[in-house]
Amino acid sequence: MTNSISEIRNTDAMFVIGSNTTENHPIIGAVMKQAKKRGAKLIVADPRRIELAEYADVFLQLKPGTNIALLNGLMNVIIENGLQNDEYIKNRTENYEELKEIVKDYTPEKVAEICGVKAEDIVNAAIIYAQADKAGIYYTMGVTQHSTGTNAVMSISNLALLCGNVGVESAGVNPLRGQNNVQGACDMGGLPGDLPGYQKVFKPEVIQKFEDAWGAKLSGKVGATIGEMFEGIEKDEIKFLYIMGENPVVSDPDTNHVKKVLSHADFVVVQDIFMNETAEFADVILPAAAFAEKDGTFSNTERRVQRVRKAVNPPGDAKADWEILMNIMNRMGYDKNYANPSEIMDEIASLTPSYGGINYDRLENESIQWPCLDENHPGTKYLHEKAIARGRGLFMPVDYVVSAEMPSEEYPLIMTTGRILYHYHTRTMTGREDGLNQLAPESFVEINPATANRLSILDGERVRLVSRRGEVETTARITEIIDDGVVFMPFHFAEGSANYLTNTVKDEIAKIPELKVAAVRVEKI
Amino acid sequence: MSTVKLTIDGKVAEVSSELTVLQAARSIGIDIPALCYDETLEIFGACRMCIVEIEGSNKLQTSCSTLVKNGMIVHTETDRIKSTRKDIVQMLLDSHPNDCLTCQKSGECLLQDYAYRYDANFRNHHGAMRPQLMDTSSPYILRDNSKCILCGKCVLTCYQVSDRQVLSFSERGYDTKVVFGADQTIEESPCVSCNRCVAVCPVGALVDKRQLGKIRNWDGNTTVVMCKACEYGCEFEVYSRNKENIAVTAKAPSNGRPLCLKGRLATELKYLENPDKPYIKINERFEETTWDKALGITELIEKINRLEKDNKEEEE
Amino acid sequence: MQVTINGKNYDVEKNTTILKACKDAGIEIPTLCHDDRLSPSGACRLCLVEVEGWKNLHTSCTAICKDNMVIQTHSDKVIKGRQEVLDLLISNHPLECLTCEKSGACKLQDYCYEYGITEGTYRWEMKKPYFDSSNPFYNFDSRKCILCGLCVRVCDELQGTSAIGFENRGFETNVATPFNEGLINSTCVSCGNCVSVCPVGALEPKSKEKFRYWETRDVRTTCSYCGVGCQMDLVVKGNKVVDVKPAFDALNEGLLCVKGKFSYNFLSHPDRLKRPMVKKDGVFVETSWEEAYNLIVNKMKSVKEYYGSEAFAGLTSARCTNEENYLFQKMFRAVLGTNNVDHCARL
Repeated sequence: MTNSISEIRNTDAMFVIGSNTTENHPIIGAVMKQAKKRGAKLIVADPRRIELAEYADVFLQLKPGTNIALLNGLMNVIIENGLQNDEYIKNRTENYEELKEIVKDYTPEKVAEICGVKAEDIVNAAIIYAQADKAGIYYTMGVTQHSTGTNAVMSISNLALLCGNVGVESAGVNPLRGQNNVQGACDMGGLPGDLPGYQKVFKPEVIQKFEDAWGAKLSGKVGATIGEMFEGIEKDEIKFLYIMGENPVVSDPDTNHVKKVLSHADFVVVQDIFMNETAEFADVILPAAAFAEKDGTFSNTERRVQRVRKAVNPPGDAKADWEILMNIMNRMGYDKNYANPSEIMDEIASLTPSYGGINYDRLENESIQWPCLDENHPGTKYLHEKAIARGRGLFMPVDYVVSAEMPSEEYPLIMTTGRILYHYHTRTMTGREDGLNQLAPESFVEINPATANRLSILDGERVRLVSRRGEVETTARITEIIDDGVVFMPFHFAEGSANYLTNTVKDEIAKIPELKVAAVRVEKI
Repeated sequence: MSTVKLTIDGKVAEVSSELTVLQAARSIGIDIPALCYDETLEIFGACRMCIVEIEGSNKLQTSCSTLVKNGMIVHTETDRIKSTRKDIVQMLLDSHPNDCLTCQKSGECLLQDYAYRYDANFRNHHGAMRPQLMDTSSPYILRDNSKCILCGKCVLTCYQVSDRQVLSFSERGYDTKVVFGADQTIEESPCVSCNRCVAVCPVGALVDKRQLGKIRNWDGNTTVVMCKACEYGCEFEVYSRNKENIAVTAKAPSNGRPLCLKGRLATELKYLENPDKPYIKINERFEETTWDKALGITELIEKINRLEKDNKEEEE
Repeated sequence: MQVTINGKNYDVEKNTTILKACKDAGIEIPTLCHDDRLSPSGACRLCLVEVEGWKNLHTSCTAICKDNMVIQTHSDKVIKGRQEVLDLLISNHPLECLTCEKSGACKLQDYCYEYGITEGTYRWEMKKPYFDSSNPFYNFDSRKCILCGLCVRVCDELQGTSAIGFENRGFETNVATPFNEGLINSTCVSCGNCVSVCPVGALEPKSKEKFRYWETRDVRTTCSYCGVGCQMDLVVKGNKVVDVKPAFDALNEGLLCVKGKFSYNFLSHPDRLKRPMVKKDGVFVETSWEEAYNLIVNKMKSVKEYYGSEAFAGLTSARCTNEENYLFQKMFRAVLGTNNVDHCARL
């Protein structure tokens, strides 16, 4: 997030796109509802009539995969009506002319046709967003999990820049991160091209710095993404796979393919708190401590670094992940010892400028939002305050392109996937909570009554979903939440898993799979 | 001293043959409930809460008074035991006032803990209740006989100090009660207000009057401190809330020492910002006094003052 | 503006409630229904104060300071008033502190102790009991409800769900779901924020573990579910987490969701992995750390020797701490010599 959660309370308008906030980020969802009560305007764009839609001033129930068309349409209306922030554009951005040129063709009527929404709603939404003094955009995987995900994020940034909403309190471009420490895992260099603090692995000065600090020779070659790792295993180039606290068999697209790859790997280590679907393929399983059993820090979606504290001992012989990793490194001949996670954080701070001023003494009394450059730096509530990080905000206009897989005669419906309130990711934790299983016991597919009628499917009936990659059986939930022609499945459940059906085609830049659009057919069993 | 091996709730314990079953169980982390057992006191066997099943014997046995034997197989929490314990707690509750709302002991009361553990509750009934005999004569100890469960701990701990032995049982059957001296008030009795009895009382029958109404166990923090009045260092508990010390109570005597009022007052003076006025007993009457008199340091203070004054004059 | 509280003068800003002025002055005023995050309701009447020139005692949570106001917060009249309020409340409240789960964390119990109310003196009929145990995570017991309205206001004003409200009037007033169809059939999303604010034992979590609040300690930590990073206190008894309380002085401002509030039992689930395991003839068998480490390290060494660094790949975890993610990528980069590190950031 460029901005902070608490700033939502004072915003004038919220544009929520591709995020079922009240279910996936319940506390942010609650803050949004508080802001709405206080008088802020709310625009919601989602293929499903989610809870926030009920509160929205404008709800755009768009077809999956048409975000860019909608965003271009909104900008078209804003520019046509002269609602853009000319002064901001002049002083703080560049490449505006090209944007104008591209969005010119995206008239509300044309976009309405593409997205399956009303033209007047597009106009209303554009006016609300543009006329608000401070307006924030909030999005999640509904924007990014597309073959055009990166372009959609650029479109969002274009829209925010057009109305001068970057570098302003209670506004901004705010991706809501899904997992507790997905922000931190990225910050810490859990990416093939980035060392901690997004320092690029291929830059000689970066390599030099880390080689000096770590006393080891480093590779300057950008590594493999998950998808590329799987390809590497298939091609026998990658032999040894180490998986810590992940369950790709359930979470990754095209389950059949993932299983094939894992059984093909030469040696697989899995480190987790529970036996899971992925661990079945392991050669060695290491028992890890859960969050309440160790010390550490998580970085949340607003870049806030907060302490995790040990409350109880891990069960049996289980150990904290950092201890296990340190022990293996030591046995591999790398003699660096840490007495506790606080010492690791000191090393992180010494090598990561954005974490430079963070240490456990400070975190005892406060939480800190990075960038925090030194011990006297208070942290950063919202980004780009004085100027956009790269100097000027660059408009990156993009055209709408259809999703990789569109409905066909054989696969006439679009399936989109997501999360629900009562479960978390692959259910290794929530699947073991009786109360949650009572509220959300099993996999299901949401089908619009009109679609269901055509297929003679009744609520609660078992159905089979088939895509080009696989098939699953699940239970039909007939509901107006979803539009005619579109079906929705949560991906949490290993039994009746949505990811047997999903498409592995990826966004060229971010390598994110198109989990939100797959062509399927639904069969009555 | 030999060791024996026995099985308690499926867990094997290797312990000294001189231990009781209750001690052996506690040594391996199995908490057998007991109201009258205290490791520093003589075994009394009054409350019957510590009953266990020992294989080979039909009768439930009190684990506090049964020595371990090799090969013994003990069960401490069977349905039969639980239901018997519930009955015991129920009977105690039936003659105990329903007062946890404001009882000073709430939060550190064993009867309350066991009632919760075995799911026993107060009942309305028309039978007899223990008579309401409240002794408010002492500024240090509040005695409420209606809450007494006759576990005997107070009598035993007082008996351990040969020149005290103030507490004893009197009367019989349902009328049994603990008395101070010859059934006198605390003020009239030879009680020296050491508060040993208060420290061991498992219920609200004997409470520290100087803590009364100020703070309860769960409210704020407690720290254990050592008394500095003599070199033995008995233990006291300091209660605090929002970083302010509220009350001091006696916790446990150090080995070979009895706990004393002077130590308690010295500890209060050291830790409390605004301690209550001290009282001392003169001719069987509690009288308010000054801190120097209560601590018996009047002469010392006078002398210190005189010496300091002399020093100053010399310097001048 | 200036006000006098208990004989001392204080400067206050315009539109400050008396309660807030007293709080800022460090004077504690008892209240059962006030919450800084919510609109004041004046329901419990415990925060009564005496204001010079005013005939009656006033609820300080709703009364606004006026210039030169003279306020008494602990005068005999005020104490009497509060005792009367507590007497009325406790007269219609079951005396079950002995076994009530809330005992030790109950504000009514604490105020009765502070104001010396040992029992209710109004021996009238008790309210008709109403229980709702339909929600899998918490129970409602109307007998213990003091109608402070905190649950109703939190659900409406902060959580924005409005699953519960007041029904009936006067003595028959109850907190309930629309048409009394039970929480499970309401719009309730089981966030438990009502449970977190209930000052008494009316809304109680269905705990798997028996515990008393005086046996526990609190450990402040960060929730391990979504990316919001709510702060919370794990309530620990011995070596077990038995309850979770939201932190009020953090970004979540006292709110949690169903997962953060109630879904901690996985920690002590019997399925937890407790010992390293290796696959032998297709079956996992338990082993020692030493053997597991040796197996991994020997394999790492031989793969590195025969196939080189690029034959390694690692998935680090968005579930683990920063420090662990740092060490994981460091192991791959500095020890194994490859940048093949990724995680599920895209899922």
